[in-house]
Amino acid sequence: MNKKNKEAFLTPLGLNNPVTVQVLGICSALAVTAQLMPAIVMGISVTIITALSNVVISCLRKTIPLRIRIIVQLVVVAALVTIVSEVLKAFAYDISVQLSVYVGLIITNCILMGRLEAFAMQNDPWSSLLDGIGNGLGYAKILIIVAFFRELFGSGSLFGFKVFPEAFYNAGYLNNGLMLMPPMALIIVACIIWWQRAHNKDLQQK
Amino acid sequence: MADKKFSTSSNTYTLVYAAIMVVIVAFLLSFVSSALRERQDVNVKLDTKKQILASLNMTNLADADKQFSESVKDMILEGDTLADYTGTFATIYESEGKAGRFHVFVCNVNGQTKYVIPVYGAGLWGAIWGYIALNDDKNTIFGTYFSHASETPGLGAEIATPAFQARFAGKHIGDSTDVKISVVKNGKVADAEYEVDGISGGTITSTGVDAMLKSCFGNYKNFLTK
Repeated sequence: MNKKNKEAFLTPLGLNNPVTVQVLGICSALAVTAQLMPAIVMGISVTIITALSNVVISCLRKTIPLRIRIIVQLVVVAALVTIVSEVLKAFAYDISVQLSVYVGLIITNCILMGRLEAFAMQNDPWSSLLDGIGNGLGYAKILIIVAFFRELFGSGSLFGFKVFPEAFYNAGYLNNGLMLMPPMALIIVACIIWWQRAHNKDLQQK
Repeated sequence: MADKKFSTSSNTYTLVYAAIMVVIVAFLLSFVSSALRERQDVNVKLDTKKQILASLNMTNLADADKQFSESVKDMILEGDTLADYTGTFATIYESEGKAGRFHVFVCNVNGQTKYVIPVYGAGLWGAIWGYIALNDDKNTIFGTYFSHASETPGLGAEIATPAFQARFAGKHIGDSTDVKISVVKNGKVADAEYEVDGISGGTITSTGVDAMLKSCFGNYKNFLTK
C-alpha cells in the first residue's frame, strides 16, 4: 500500500473524518443512534455501499458525461442499495425488516455523494475502494461513540442489556430522557468535534 | 470506453450514455428481483406466521413453521360459520378481505381454543396491520400483534411495541349489537371494558388503530356474536 492509498484509507478515521471534520451525514447520525445495535448496522451498511459505489464510479469515471455525472452517481448508489436490500430480504429477512427505515437514509447520505464527487471521479478503483471503506468506517466510528453515550445514559443499557444495577435506580438515579431525543445526538457530535479540534492544532480556524 | 476523438460532453454521447445506463440498471434490478422472489416469498410467509403466533403471545420460537402447522388452522367465514381454507397461505389480508375471504385462524393453545383475526388499516404515513387473538367466548381479547410500514419512530411506531399491545389483553370486542373496542386519547379511558389508552404524540396512528379495529371486526360481527 503506497502512501497515497494509506492516506485515503486512514485520514477519514481521524483528521479528515466525514462527520466531525467535513460535517457530512449528520442527518442519519441523529436518526439511528438512540441504540448501539442499529448504529452498528447502519455503519456497516454505509461502509459497504460507499466502498462499492466508489469502485463502480471509479471504473466508469472516464466515460461519465460531466453534465449528468450527479445523476449517474445517484443511479449507481440507488441501484446498489436496492440490490443489497433485495438480497437481505431473501437471505436475512429479520435484518432487512430492521433496516427498512435506513435503506432510504443510506441513499440520501451525503457522505456517499461527497466521496463519489470528491474522490472516485478522479482516482483509480483500488484507492477508491480504500477511500470508501475508510470513510464508511470513519462514519461508523462516530455513530458508535454517539450511540454508546445515548443508550448508556438514555436507557441505562448497552446492546439492550442493563448496565446500571437496580440499586442505582433505588438510590434515586434516573435515565436521562433527553439523551433519547435527536438534539442530544447533535450535542454529543459537537462535543466530539470540540475535543478533536482542541487536540489538533491543524483543524483550528485561524 | 470513450473514443479519444469523441467528446464525452457532446449531446449525443450524453443521451446515449443515459439511455444505456438506465436499460442496464433496469435489467439488473429486475433480474435480481425475479431471481430472489421465491426465497423472499418464503420469508414473508414465515414472518406472517410468526406475527400470527406473536398475537398468541408465542414469540422467539425455534421453529415457527412447525409450531404454526401444529397449533393453527387457517379457516374462512362462509356465512356465519367457518370452513376450511384450501388456497395458498395468504400474507396480505387487506386484499383477501376485498376478495370476500375473511380469514379466521383457529388455534389450539395449551388445550384452549383461540380465534385469531387479521386486521388492516391506515396509519399516518402508510399501512398498519395486526392480528387479534380472542378467547373461545369470541369476545375477550387474549393477545394482540400490531405492525406498521412507516410510522414515526417513538410516536406512531410505538404500536409495534409489546407495551402497547399488552394494553389490549382482557378487553372486550363488543356486545351483541356493536363493535365497541376503541383506542382513545391517552389517559382518557372511561370504560375500561372496551377502551384502550392510545399513544401520546401518536394520535393519528392511534385513531388509525381504532378505525382499523372497528371496520375489520365489523366484517366478523355475525360470527363473533353467534
